[in-house]
Amino acid sequence: MLLRFLSRRVVATVVLAFGVVLASFVLTNVVPGDPAAANLGQQALEDPEVVAAWRAANGLDQPLVVQFGNYLVNLVQGDLGVSQQSRRPVLTDLGEFGPASAELALVAVVVSLVVGIGCGTWAALRRDRPVDQLFRVLSLGGVSVPLFWLALIAVYVFSFQLGWFPSAGRLDPGEAPPPKVTGMYTVDALLAGDLATFGSALEHVILPALVLAAFTVGLLTRFVRSSVLEVLGNDYVRAAHAKGLPLSLIVRRHVMRGALIPIITVVGTAFASLLAGTVLVERIFSWPGIGSYAFRSATTLDLPAIMGVSLFVAFVYILVNLVVDVLYGFIDPRIRTA
Amino acid sequence: MSAVTAPAAPVPARRLRIGPAWRRPLALVGVTVALGWVVLAAFAPWIAPADPLAQEAARFLPPSAEHLMGTDGLGRDVLSRVVHGARISIPLAFMLVALSLVFGAVVGAVSGYVGGKLDEVLMRVVDLFFAFPAIILSMAVVAALGPNLRNAVLAIVVVSWPVYARVTRSLVLSLRNSEFVASSRLLGISSIRALVREILPNVAGPVLVLATLELGNAVLLLSGLSFLGLGAVPPTPEWGAMVSEGARTFGFWWVGVFPGLAILSIVLAFNFLGDSLRDALDPRTARATRGTSA
Repeated sequence: MLLRFLSRRVVATVVLAFGVVLASFVLTNVVPGDPAAANLGQQALEDPEVVAAWRAANGLDQPLVVQFGNYLVNLVQGDLGVSQQSRRPVLTDLGEFGPASAELALVAVVVSLVVGIGCGTWAALRRDRPVDQLFRVLSLGGVSVPLFWLALIAVYVFSFQLGWFPSAGRLDPGEAPPPKVTGMYTVDALLAGDLATFGSALEHVILPALVLAAFTVGLLTRFVRSSVLEVLGNDYVRAAHAKGLPLSLIVRRHVMRGALIPIITVVGTAFASLLAGTVLVERIFSWPGIGSYAFRSATTLDLPAIMGVSLFVAFVYILVNLVVDVLYGFIDPRIRTA
Repeated sequence: MSAVTAPAAPVPARRLRIGPAWRRPLALVGVTVALGWVVLAAFAPWIAPADPLAQEAARFLPPSAEHLMGTDGLGRDVLSRVVHGARISIPLAFMLVALSLVFGAVVGAVSGYVGGKLDEVLMRVVDLFFAFPAIILSMAVVAALGPNLRNAVLAIVVVSWPVYARVTRSLVLSLRNSEFVASSRLLGISSIRALVREILPNVAGPVLVLATLELGNAVLLLSGLSFLGLGAVPPTPEWGAMVSEGARTFGFWWVGVFPGLAILSIVLAFNFLGDSLRDALDPRTARATRGTSA
């Protein structure tokens, strides 16, 4: 049963993955933008021979179907093409910028889970009291605030005025990054036992991660609240109350177990919104991550890079959702048979 | 994919009843603020103290009695620009939501009602759209079509219709087999007529709640794209573009702070309203929305 459930999910994922490759290929190739115009200088553009040579060098003179076939063959071999801007393999670029964003997103996820579960549970236990109302306004504020503006305010107040946190980059200028293992500076510094670099990397990541977490904290608080409320109404919780168990024990042992399972399902949504947020937040904090890379490639019509970023992001998203689905089916047997 | 959890099976005859929503304080605040912005947008030329494009005052004047929100790097009155910004963001947000709603709801209704192979194909297409984060997809679309407001609107419609399709489909699906629809079919009304007369009214409530919540997201996405330089072009007084000016002239906080507050207030108003409507309509649909941030 579990095996059938798993194989069905995996097949659906593979089909979706192929669709994603096709869709991003169509999107980046059918739209009327001219990559030659975006990548070559004015002088080079006036010379038709240079333009034709550039197109041939990038494989743009072939029919679209051939281009797509070539792309697929290369993709299977792990070759995503060469970025027209950085002139490096797209895979190398992604390997460099991906971990930077992952570091940001991970810290944001941890913050969101801790704050979201805490505040959501608290609000549910004090339903319709002032603290519930306050959290409701705050969590709606979290999902309503424009992240680029919040980032700007955070930099202005905490870096510019108070000087508590650095305002840009992953490390201070002149500091050497730790030896690369995961590409996440905080983790790598710890692995290397370099506490000074770890401190600096942590200092750099905190402010952008907190800004990034604003939306997901709001999302999770609302979700946890309604999830906890649903469980609180169950008979077994009332039975626990009736036999005189202290509230803290009931919440920990009876309520949280039931209430936290559905939270797994919002992780996919939360993750997508974090990825979207990185584009804006990374720009303000000059964070060299996927968001900055996506922006740079989109504005220069760097097709291999746009394809690479879209695929990377979509695959990570699909993977997260697959893990969520499987995990959910594993934890809650009712889902598997459905 | 579990980005959008289908709403619980609706109780038939869940018509749009919004009465109780108006008694909630948050809904009242939301309505008041939203209406306030609509009035500001409608009468902007008479309300704004100055021409939003006129470079009349000195550059970077801090907020004062004369310029309540100060002046920007070209000596334009920030307050006037914020007020005129409402004429861009608010109508476009409504237009965006209307376009995505109509397209998404039609796709979702057909998919759910017809079912079978067509449903399978359409829903896989919807899954596909969900796999791309909205802002990255719209960034690529705008970059390819050329950065201006019209293309930004187009790009946002392209990324935001699937959520309506999914929600509408799941509602139609659960209603299709309900007894009251079956009985009207038995009475001899056509399939199309059953869809329009019996099913759509029951779908309207939850979808309109979703649309209210999506209004805020539309404002956020649009200003986000403009902030990145992929939406409104200067000197248009668009809020996101103004925050981006504020980011460049960092020491003069008022240039960016006030337009951002404008975005926050209108998005918050839409979300207060949507959240209250959702609670009033059916607490169980509380999980039927998708999060997009900008």
